Amino acid sequence: MMPETRPRVLTGAHFINGDIACAEGALAAGLGLFAGYPITPSTEVAERLSQRLPEVGGRYIQMEDELASMAAVLGASWGGVRAMTATSGPGFTLMMENLGLGVMTETPCVVVDVQRGSPSTGLPTLVGQSDVMQAKWGSHGDYEIVAYSPSSCQEMFDLTIKAFNTADRLRIPVILLADEVIGHMTERVVIPEASKIERVERKRPASAPGNGYHPYATDNDLVPPMAPVGEGYRFHITGLTHDEKGYPVTDAVTHERLVRRINEKVLRQASSLCEYEEASLDDADIVVVAYGCVSRSVRRAIREAREGGIRVGLFRPITIWPFPGERIRELSAQAKAFVVAELNLGQFGRELERFTSKPVVGVNRAGGELLPPEPVLAAIREAASW
Amino acid sequence: MVGELLVQTHPRDALLRADRLPHIWCPGCGLGAVMDCYVRAIQASNVPLDKHVVVSGIGCTGRIAGYLNLDSFHTTHGRAIPFATGLKLAKPELEVTVISGDGDLFAIGGNHFLHAARRNTDLLVVCVNNFNYGMTGGQAGPTTPVGSRTSTTPKGASDAPFNLQHLAIALGASFSARWTALHLRQLRSSFARALQLKGFRFVEVLSPCPVGFGKANNLGEGIDEMNFYRSQGVVDQTIEPEMARVEMSHTVPLPLGIFADGGRKRNTLTPQTRRVNGAVTV
Ligand SMILES: Cc1ncc(C[n+]2csc(CCOP(=O)(O)OP(=O)(O)O)c2C)c(N)n1
Ligand code: SF4
Ligand SMILES: [Mg+2]
Repeated sequence: MMPETRPRVLTGAHFINGDIACAEGALAAGLGLFAGYPITPSTEVAERLSQRLPEVGGRYIQMEDELASMAAVLGASWGGVRAMTATSGPGFTLMMENLGLGVMTETPCVVVDVQRGSPSTGLPTLVGQSDVMQAKWGSHGDYEIVAYSPSSCQEMFDLTIKAFNTADRLRIPVILLADEVIGHMTERVVIPEASKIERVERKRPASAPGNGYHPYATDNDLVPPMAPVGEGYRFHITGLTHDEKGYPVTDAVTHERLVRRINEKVLRQASSLCEYEEASLDDADIVVVAYGCVSRSVRRAIREAREGGIRVGLFRPITIWPFPGERIRELSAQAKAFVVAELNLGQFGRELERFTSKPVVGVNRAGGELLPPEPVLAAIREAASW
Repeated sequence: MVGELLVQTHPRDALLRADRLPHIWCPGCGLGAVMDCYVRAIQASNVPLDKHVVVSGIGCTGRIAGYLNLDSFHTTHGRAIPFATGLKLAKPELEVTVISGDGDLFAIGGNHFLHAARRNTDLLVVCVNNFNYGMTGGQAGPTTPVGSRTSTTPKGASDAPFNLQHLAIALGASFSARWTALHLRQLRSSFARALQLKGFRFVEVLSPCPVGFGKANNLGEGIDEMNFYRSQGVVDQTIEPEMARVEMSHTVPLPLGIFADGGRKRNTLTPQTRRVNGAVTV
């Protein structure tokens, strides 16, 4: 039997699945409210938080659907707490409406998407990675988003914390773009002491209430300070195009300025946001690109290809959006080809092509099982023969 | 002839964003009156003004949020209630009121109304029911009476409308009232009463939308619809909520009043809110 009440940060080594690691990461990050709707393969995140949040004074609410879940997350964020939801493809689609509201109103929050086989209801219990483009373009309009791709249970924990910090720093919704394999597999996860967990706070207004706070006035980093609700700042927030006061404005100039700014505040940070792992790339002329669960199986293909004398290495983007285009451009100088392995029909690979003139070989499966090493090895050998 | 009346200040200035006026609403629209009633009710409430928050969806009614000098949120179409739910849970000391239109709350947002009521979420939900989608130019919606002409029911609406009082009470609202944009005193005191209570509370306000609905449906201009409310409105809080249908017909009475109060039980009227000689004393 578990003890009745556990601390917020479960410091120590654990053997847990990725979804639970994500839930624990959220708790460690200070999660105040989770609103969600059950969907495989993300449900364990909700289940875990339904037990754990009340233990630590947080709120868990099961909403009537994912439209409501996302709306409740935004409301809670304005209520001053760190807020999150977790879902998979079908629910992620429903969340796009209010993800857009989050972008436009600059509302920090975290959306976990544990991807499964798609389109539509697809393969509820089996893996996929086909929400890469939805994560970027799923809501209408021009916006930049941050999406992290964990490839281990430890990263489910670590990147969930990072997602909250990025969300609060930039005042944006941040997506944890996980997949079924990582969500459901069980691994060792080390949770540090509470004092070792990094926390980036939201920027607050410098002045007290009543001094003409403008909710969308920004300084150099283009991120406006966010006032707490209910403390006298008396601000208005709208999804309509708005000026610095937060008031709706119907003109092209204000619209241009606003849309440019909310994109630019993310793009400006792109180089610090773009995290990746590289292995055996020093002398490589073939660069295998893989993320999430697929980045695990391609390692074997790379090892075997190396054993056969092929100079090949791994580029594993941890940040999927903003796209690590600059690094791809650099790698392009040494590469004669890229092999992009993913559980979709080429979503990441297609974006990658924008940053290289070298051949890009896609190793693609629609989902349903983990991509095996063999087709990746075959693609590496083929590229090596050119 | 009455000349132009110029005033320097207004008693509700502190609670309105005067720098956003004039508002976008049409002449004869009932929304200004509803907003004024709400403002007066919160001025009189025990909760400090800084703790009152308004959340609205999309529509002409949804624009109320932006004219109030409160912390206020104009969200997406239909999602005011779940947004407000998250806000309230995160910061329970807030007094959160959702103000939105009939289409917003009962078509696209209908499911959220159901579930917020089921959970007895501590929210006051105000629906300005103008029987149509005003903002988008007068299309039929979930409260459009059968036979009414709208821009999408050229031969008259055929789908049965919701009786919002019956709906709210069946769902267990702890307070549920219907007034019109003419019944300002009653509306204000219903807001005040609802703000004293806890749990899921509902106030419906029938309101003229001469542009989108009134003119095409024999109700004339805003002032004519107000006269209609005066002649047809009957305050009878003893009738069963399911009988309190809104027909908007010159030959059928318009049931008004407080249909649930102070508890989740239907018809739990306090003595003060009972009908007295056809008029209500609240
Ligand atoms: C998702 C979505 N669908 C449609 C619209 C267009 N739209 C804006 S307001 C509105 C209807 C509003 O009607 P109601 O809630 O009754 O408010 P009213 O304008 O009558 O006060 C619609 C359909 C929208 N903004 N968003
Ligand atoms: S369209 Fe109708 S509801 Fe909208 S402002 Fe005009 S009169 Fe009012
Ligand atoms: Mg309407």
